[in-house]
Amino acid sequence: MAILIDGSTKVLCQGITGAAGAFHTKGCLDYGTNMVGGVTPGKGGQQDANGLPIFDTVTDAVEATGATASMLFVPPPFAADGILEAATAGVEVICAITEGIPVADMVRTREILDRDHPGVVLIGPNCPGVITPGKRVAGEGPDASFEGGCKIGIMPGYIHTHRTDTASGKAVGIVSRSGTLTYEAVWQCSDRGIGQSTCVGIGGDPVKGMNFIDCLERFEADPETDGVVMIGEIGGTDEVDAGRWAAQHMTKPVVGFIAGRTAPKGKRMGHAGAIIGGADDTADAKISALREAGLEVSDSPAGLGHAMAIALGLGAEAT
Amino acid sequence: MKVHEHQARDILSEAGVPVPEGAVATTVEEAVSAAQAVFAAGGPLVVIKAQVHAGGRGKAGFVKLVKTTDEAQEAANFMLSNRMVSPQTGAEGLEVKKLLVAEAVDIVKEYYLAVTHDRARRCEVLIASAEGGVEIEQVAEDNPDAILKHPIDPLRGLEGHEARTLAFKLGFQGKQVNQAAAIMSRLVKCFRERDCSLAEINPLVVTPSCENHPDGQVLAIDAKFNFDDNALFRQKAIAAMFDPTEEDPAEIRASEFGLSYVSLDGNIGCLVNGAGLAMGTMDIIALHGGMPANFLDVGGSATEEAVAEAFRIILSDNKVQGVLVNIFGGIMQCDKIARAIVAAAGEVGFGVPLVVRLEGTNVGAAREVLEAAKADIPNMQVATDLEDAAAKVCAAVA
Repeated sequence: MAILIDGSTKVLCQGITGAAGAFHTKGCLDYGTNMVGGVTPGKGGQQDANGLPIFDTVTDAVEATGATASMLFVPPPFAADGILEAATAGVEVICAITEGIPVADMVRTREILDRDHPGVVLIGPNCPGVITPGKRVAGEGPDASFEGGCKIGIMPGYIHTHRTDTASGKAVGIVSRSGTLTYEAVWQCSDRGIGQSTCVGIGGDPVKGMNFIDCLERFEADPETDGVVMIGEIGGTDEVDAGRWAAQHMTKPVVGFIAGRTAPKGKRMGHAGAIIGGADDTADAKISALREAGLEVSDSPAGLGHAMAIALGLGAEAT
Repeated sequence: MKVHEHQARDILSEAGVPVPEGAVATTVEEAVSAAQAVFAAGGPLVVIKAQVHAGGRGKAGFVKLVKTTDEAQEAANFMLSNRMVSPQTGAEGLEVKKLLVAEAVDIVKEYYLAVTHDRARRCEVLIASAEGGVEIEQVAEDNPDAILKHPIDPLRGLEGHEARTLAFKLGFQGKQVNQAAAIMSRLVKCFRERDCSLAEINPLVVTPSCENHPDGQVLAIDAKFNFDDNALFRQKAIAAMFDPTEEDPAEIRASEFGLSYVSLDGNIGCLVNGAGLAMGTMDIIALHGGMPANFLDVGGSATEEAVAEAFRIILSDNKVQGVLVNIFGGIMQCDKIARAIVAAAGEVGFGVPLVVRLEGTNVGAAREVLEAAKADIPNMQVATDLEDAAAKVCAAVA
């Protein structure tokens, strides 16, 4: 068990013939993801370098392969349309990696998804993707190979650890607005013998699909998740809402980090959504709100693994 | 992306929102003749405003009301020959290259009107208040009920009856109601068509009753527009309004290489991949008692050339007394960063301490590259993890 995806999930790549789509399709296949094909309009009937079938439309791809998840690398001007195409074709989990989609496009897309496709889960855009780690079967470090997992996205698979490969036997869920900070949290957990059930990069854009609460809800319900690491940043109030929700509904420990304490007001910090507008958008305001809600918040991005180990009641040897 | 006030007025005007007559001047002579034209047409008062993106113009003396051409000359001369210093510009101030010269209209009442994105509701929101002309943040704090927030349906837009209802709620009278409602509808339409992130009219005013307009006229006096950078590919006319002289040259240079860079006040230069980790790196430096000199996200797919440029930008900042490289390679390959470090050392040299922390994709190859170059980069220390990296760089500059 995990959330959203597992080893049996059949995955398509939208934009499979682009440089990024092709590169990461190979990376996902190597990790053990059940990639079943790709979509590039006009290239239907061909095969990619890995021998996967390419289709003209997502509907054709879903009919032929039975795919239920999609990894989207469509360029920004067409990405929102690609998301809606996947939803219309019946894809259940759409993971939009594309960075740089206009906000107006996402406002419209999110509204249509909510109205017409309420069962569809959108992850991203502007995110590293989602991974349910597999079990290590051979090799070490970057050369390790895994089976039974599902990686949809651009994260380095080898840093993740399945619970059965840990000394603690514990696994946490990770949800984050930032890609590389997620890797940092995964690394610190794996390093301390804490596995991961599923890691979801929800993305750095102001209007997106899944949010913190959607993930917390699923992690709380997942019997194989023992705790949650939640990584937020400046901009918006999603983390504060999530903290309040967690205080009322979560029985599992949640450890948080909010990036951007040193970020100046009014300056966009890379992510389209990472900009301090009002007093509630600051990292300090979010950290205090989360602490008031009873969550453990690490002051340092290097302290996440340690804080999680303590929260899980693991001994000093793990911390 | 931001634009100047005179450009915002043009955008409003094209969208059908009435603005008082005005002209742009780049010399004192042009400013005087523009003022003369207003006086000749019977306008008793002219406003001259410096065109810079920074706020605080009024208090700095860069917005002036004038009654004669002599006063216009004096005001224009002052603004074009002095740098504008305000709390938003920094001590060195800004050079003023353009002035807006416009008729100053009599005002009966001021309103505030804006459209922006409501992140929590995931839609656009029209913000309106009958208390315009002042800082809306202050109104929001002192009297939140004085601000109307109307969420806009992402698929339908703002309906006419919604705009009319808002106009009544704001207290517009008689023929003002339809004028105000039309302005709201047009501002929302403009926001959506032009991919704005902010479209603000402050103040929106009602002029006194006159022969042609017994109920007065509703006019936009000042406007501010910000645009979604991600949408500039389909907003060519807006993109063409970009004024690079209003931006930090280092930030522009960085963006040309696909780097995201923001200059800060500290002395530790940072080179990181990913926006969240870049902010986290700044934060951990502060926790160790240091101060970051910049935010720099090289992104995931930067070329070796772009990474080399990132080092050039960091090292050309004379505040920088130490550099921290923190890379967690996902798409980014660590060996690419390592080779860029070696190249930067050869080209510009690290005259300041350099601390490198690399993890993730191709980290083995990266460590070999750095090990081989160790003798040539005596200022370099390799860190074992993020905590160690922050401690080392802070100790090195202390």
